[in-house]
Amino acid sequence: MKNHLQGIAASDGIAIAKAYLLTEPDLSFEKRKVEDSEGEVARLLESFETAKSEISAIRDKAAVSLGEEEAQVFDAHLMVLSDPEMIGSMNANIRDNGVNAESALSDVAGMFIGMFEAMEDNPYMQERAADIRDVTERVLSHLLGVKIPNPSTITEEVIVVAKDLTPSDTAQLNREFVKGFVTDIGGRTSHSAIMARSLEIPAIVGSKEITQIVKDGDIIILDGLDGDVFINPDEETLAAYKKKAEEFSAMQAEWHKLKNADTVTADGKHIELAANIGTPKDLDGVIANGAEAVGLYRTEFLYMDSSDFPTEDEQFDAYKAVLEGMEGKPVVVRTMDIGGDKELPYLELPKEMNPFLGYRAIRICLAEPEMFRTQLRALLRASVYGKLRIMFPMISTLNEFRAAKAMLEEEKANLLADGVEVADDIQVGIMIEIPAAAVLAHQFAKEVDFFSIGTNDLIQYTMAADRMNQQVSYLYQPYNPAILTLIKHVIDASHAEGKWTGMCGEMAGDQTAVPLLVGLGLDEFSMSASSVLKTRSLMKRLDSKEMEALADKAINECTTVEEVIALVEEMKAKLV
Amino acid sequence: MTMERKEYHVIAETGIHARPATLLVQTASKFNSDINLEYKGKSVNLKSIMGVMSLGVGQGADVVITAEGPDEVDAMAGITETMVKEGLAE
Repeated sequence: MKNHLQGIAASDGIAIAKAYLLTEPDLSFEKRKVEDSEGEVARLLESFETAKSEISAIRDKAAVSLGEEEAQVFDAHLMVLSDPEMIGSMNANIRDNGVNAESALSDVAGMFIGMFEAMEDNPYMQERAADIRDVTERVLSHLLGVKIPNPSTITEEVIVVAKDLTPSDTAQLNREFVKGFVTDIGGRTSHSAIMARSLEIPAIVGSKEITQIVKDGDIIILDGLDGDVFINPDEETLAAYKKKAEEFSAMQAEWHKLKNADTVTADGKHIELAANIGTPKDLDGVIANGAEAVGLYRTEFLYMDSSDFPTEDEQFDAYKAVLEGMEGKPVVVRTMDIGGDKELPYLELPKEMNPFLGYRAIRICLAEPEMFRTQLRALLRASVYGKLRIMFPMISTLNEFRAAKAMLEEEKANLLADGVEVADDIQVGIMIEIPAAAVLAHQFAKEVDFFSIGTNDLIQYTMAADRMNQQVSYLYQPYNPAILTLIKHVIDASHAEGKWTGMCGEMAGDQTAVPLLVGLGLDEFSMSASSVLKTRSLMKRLDSKEMEALADKAINECTTVEEVIALVEEMKAKLV
Repeated sequence: MTMERKEYHVIAETGIHARPATLLVQTASKFNSDINLEYKGKSVNLKSIMGVMSLGVGQGADVVITAEGPDEVDAMAGITETMVKEGLAE
């Protein structure tokens, strides 16, 4: 039996705990003739009772943690489980046809599900079909003696093991007990990885086969630093990793001492270390980790967490909260970046063959000026509460930037004419994520105030490799000399015009990339809040002149990404 | 043997399903009597959420509810109260 797996280290830390499998249970069964019909009826009723008491318990928990209204979903489930007609039909089916309980359950439930699903013009009934499916699966699992995982009932420390984790899965995870997770699929930029870093729990993604190897209750060592997973390890391995975990905590404590320190390289060069946020709530992590700025505020969550377009006032409140919360430190707000893999229930977008190359972000904003102008007005009104920087995403051409900037200027003039105060030091910049904009950075630099490089998209567009596609994930190469060359061009172009360049993609917090980026002269690094302190610690040990030579070598002498990694590793090994 | 029987004219816009149906079934389930809902010649057990919903009772429908058993009078009173309170019928 395999007891070691290598995956992609997605979130720092080491966890040792029991495995909790969050996988689809196997509910297959055979239809059989059974003599003892009464025995089958009793078995069926017993499984119904067990399911009922389980759902009652889940309901009570949900009422406490989510509120009474959310818990009512489970009342509907309980009612289905108590339905005399359905149970009566199942019992009759067992007796009349002489079949096993599993088959009667699935036939009768299937009939009801089919009936409700057929009511196509009635979404309520279709939801009820889902309820019936849900509860009958639970009853079936009891008949078969198979466990259905339910992460909300976890009451001991576990490491969650899953094929993949969806946003709703992660929302249900109890942070008190879930010490980490390992998934079969995913990469460093997949949703599950980003979630793990924001929850600050260790995680490994893309292990390919963890769900095939691990059983519930197996002891797992999860090393989120190096991507190793050990299943039922021997005493020696266990001891080694307990030690590594302690060393890591000690290191974290060391990092934490840097919370209020400046970010300066060994030779005294100051670098702005910022954090990425999605909502005003995320400011807690930004402040706890001592970030010097918000380098990316993803405003699309305002749109995604809402059932209609957020109003100007709702947006104003959110932007004001972030600007005030940062107490005068810079906040880069990215205007709405919907489209690609992010959809809005109330904005109908055409289905596309290549959504990442399609109608998204600034392209939508320029075509829907009313929506865009609402956001711009909210931003301008909030600007007096802090140090606002506005950034447009997905810019391909100077015309797009000019059009967006013109709308901003018009809204500003309108507000001022109405006597509304607007700050007069708002910087306006663009995301560099499309190769065309990177190549023409020297022209953009004359008109923008700053660049922020969005590496997740820049890499996938430059390498022509869909970052969601496992089969081409080997092409997602942040340290590829081609990417480094593009980045260098952008930074140099901004400096030639007296402007600055930041980076807000995953690469900015990548400990292999950081020395190279320092060497390329990147001015601002924005990352998950949890990466800020370790990056500050690393930067303090780097000499900016030496890193310049290192980056130069990576670009001019290395031919492959492997050579770049080896070059950086060699340098890091010599660091004190 | 006696039996309680009452006709209702459904006024709720959505007819008898969604939340009101749930409440009606919950009310019926509190009583020991056999309680049935009749609509368009079909009769279902009012304690069965799936039975009730499968009838597809819409706005403007005329339905009959019967209750038979030891607490049939109380049952009918309880059901009528739920019907009125939820704006289901008059």
